[in-house]
Amino acid sequence: MGLTYQSTGQSSTREIFHTLADDCDYVIALAGNPNTGKSTVFNALTGLRQHTGNWPGKTVQRAEGSYIYKSHRYRLIDLPGTYSLLSNSADEEVARDFICFARPDATIVVVDATCLERNLNLALQVMEITGRVVICVNLIDEARRKKIRIDTDKLSKRLGVPVVATAARSGEGMPRLKELVSDVANKRVQTKPQPVRYSQDVEDAIARLEPRVKAIVGNSINSRWLTLRLLDGDTRLVQTMENYLNAGKTVPVMPVGQEGLA
Amino acid sequence: MSATTTLNCLSNGSFALVKEVVAEGLTRRRLLDLGLVPGTKVEVIRRSPAGDPIAFNIRGAVIALRRDVAGQVLVSPWK
Amino acid sequence: MQKSLIPLLEDAQEIAGLRRNQLQDNIVASIYSTAEQIAGEVVSHTSPKRQDLDRQIDNILTSPIWGFPIMFGVLAVVFWVTIVGANIPSNLLATGLFWIEERLTDLFMALNAPGWLHGFLVLGVYRSLAWVVSVMLPPMAIFFPLFTLLEDLGYLPRVAFNLDRFFKKAGAHGKQALTMSMGFGCNAAGIIACRIIESPRERLIATLTNNFVPCNGRFPTLIALVSIFIAGSVSLSLSSFIATLTVAGLVVFGITVTLAISWLLSITILRGELSSFALELPPYRRPLLGQVLVRSVLDRTIFVLSRAVVIAAPAGGLIWILANTTVDGASLLSTLAGWLDTPAKFMGLDGFILLAFILGLPANEIVLPILLMSYVCGGAMTELASLADLRHLLVEQHGWTWLTALCTMIFSLCHWPCGTTLLTIQREQRSRRWTLLAALIPTAVGVVVCVFINNLVRLLDLV
Repeated sequence: MGLTYQSTGQSSTREIFHTLADDCDYVIALAGNPNTGKSTVFNALTGLRQHTGNWPGKTVQRAEGSYIYKSHRYRLIDLPGTYSLLSNSADEEVARDFICFARPDATIVVVDATCLERNLNLALQVMEITGRVVICVNLIDEARRKKIRIDTDKLSKRLGVPVVATAARSGEGMPRLKELVSDVANKRVQTKPQPVRYSQDVEDAIARLEPRVKAIVGNSINSRWLTLRLLDGDTRLVQTMENYLNAGKTVPVMPVGQEGLA
Repeated sequence: MSATTTLNCLSNGSFALVKEVVAEGLTRRRLLDLGLVPGTKVEVIRRSPAGDPIAFNIRGAVIALRRDVAGQVLVSPWK
Repeated sequence: MQKSLIPLLEDAQEIAGLRRNQLQDNIVASIYSTAEQIAGEVVSHTSPKRQDLDRQIDNILTSPIWGFPIMFGVLAVVFWVTIVGANIPSNLLATGLFWIEERLTDLFMALNAPGWLHGFLVLGVYRSLAWVVSVMLPPMAIFFPLFTLLEDLGYLPRVAFNLDRFFKKAGAHGKQALTMSMGFGCNAAGIIACRIIESPRERLIATLTNNFVPCNGRFPTLIALVSIFIAGSVSLSLSSFIATLTVAGLVVFGITVTLAISWLLSITILRGELSSFALELPPYRRPLLGQVLVRSVLDRTIFVLSRAVVIAAPAGGLIWILANTTVDGASLLSTLAGWLDTPAKFMGLDGFILLAFILGLPANEIVLPILLMSYVCGGAMTELASLADLRHLLVEQHGWTWLTALCTMIFSLCHWPCGTTLLTIQREQRSRRWTLLAALIPTAVGVVVCVFINNLVRLLDLV
């Protein structure tokens, strides 16, 4: 699959998520399951004090912040914590639409080191939409306490994207995370996300439909992923996509700020 | 082959393998997204002091489901 | 070329055919099995017993026997620590701030400033600020860190787990317990937290009832009222015990009202299916004490207090003007209070109390300071540096009985939400109708309960 994202259409899409690219060099999305310490990572990167807490769904307002790394300004968007991007809940739609349509220069997926399997589910789904992903294996200190070891090199090879182990509460691994994000955002590092292989019936269906999807969306959207959503019968995504393709119309996704999830 | 039952009928401390989610619509998607796909091993951890909901260990996370929702997941007990 | 995906959606439907459910299952299953496989390759456990400690903690905190007692115990301990801890700093702050008031008065006299300027600035603006700070700051500065600690530990989802059965019976969502917990901090925050409830129906129920949880602006009011009312009459340790019981009792009453109103809404205007409920019980985490302190004191306390101060300053000035502008021999303040007196008395309050609630609409933190201001502006009392002085003001000068205190506390718990909360509801729901209802429901409950208790107690000759 490789990197399918070129700069085509990027500026117009950006305008839809107005003000995003105005005063910064790169836009970075922060995704992750609830309770992975995503807000703590956000705070550690931006130096902001977004409210953190140990209960699911805490980040109900999308937060934004920015940081400077090697004289470039990175704008960080904290997306709602979700288990998946599939089930059409408002939170998941916000996260998915942002990654899909706002096309961040890189997406950090925060995963919980003590519960990797469950968290990789989301990471794999994000990687189906965008290849420009950095996996942040957070809560590594908790994992050590629970005697869990994670081979991040192997994980990186297996997923085809950079991986860093962090303990955002103490700041461990944060410099490395910034470095990797910068590498991915300015394309110094080419990621090679490994696609999920589906069962034969699904792959057959993809093979039948994907060429026609590609003919319509070209390289602007990952056609394999979109084909899967069509097979899923995700009418809402198709609707949003329609508006997106018929450029000029604005996409009714949440504006920056707080009135989003109405 | 062991008998089929539903997730809400298992006693605390027991394990089961998911056979099928029989819910429809949004509930079905939610349950699948939580990781209750066929073949998944689920542990029944505890019941709320009031008896409902029930907490399960699903793929490493502790998740509480109300009885009627858990009743829409077909499982086979696992020893 | 017309670019449209709609025809493809139909084709996809055709390809998927009757097996769409199967196809969806397979898609999700493949992603999970890939995740499982990768995790299997990169994760190694050197100790098999990894969830043991969390399980053991949950065995106690959500046990059939201890689950509920611990929950109410935690609530009571938090209030008790707040009440006991706030007592001394509250008195110290009051003494200090009123000493400054005297020095300010000296300064104004030395400068030969006109009396109205001194009255407006010192007796109006400054004094109301002094009360907001001395009455509200200590309880907040103690309650917020305690609450943040519970939040960081991961106890709140356990509360939701314990209480879900009741919310289910009331036709509401289990996560409503979480939005209520947030309401303790601030009802506006609680309203925003309602977004975690997916179903619009259940989110609306949670939104309309969030105000029955006393926010940080109101429970210090409750604490202060109890403390003032029993100050001096009983020993200190007994008084903190009684105060704790009263406040905890009011909170339990608020929870009961929440469930009752949720149930009423779900069988009347908000009928509908219960949505699927899934609640994650996250692993417990050791909170970083330093961070908890800094965050809760700086972010929450200072933020909330500064909002109160910004509103209290003009409100204090306004009260002073109202109290010192006389028309036909009576001050505007007493005239206004006089108009409200009859309905207020029927509810066990008096005109000044009801007026304070009305003027306190912008922020609940200022209701009690406004009330004290309007009492003081009418009278000659100047020494108000201790709780016992305040008690004298209420009981001896304004005829408060325990019934007045109780009705004031109940009305504080059940009346319209503050302005910020109402604006938040309007923004979240985008409906004037629901916003209006969010104000009417608690007010109606408050009026009904106060009228009932007041008349019952009087009928039984208990005061």
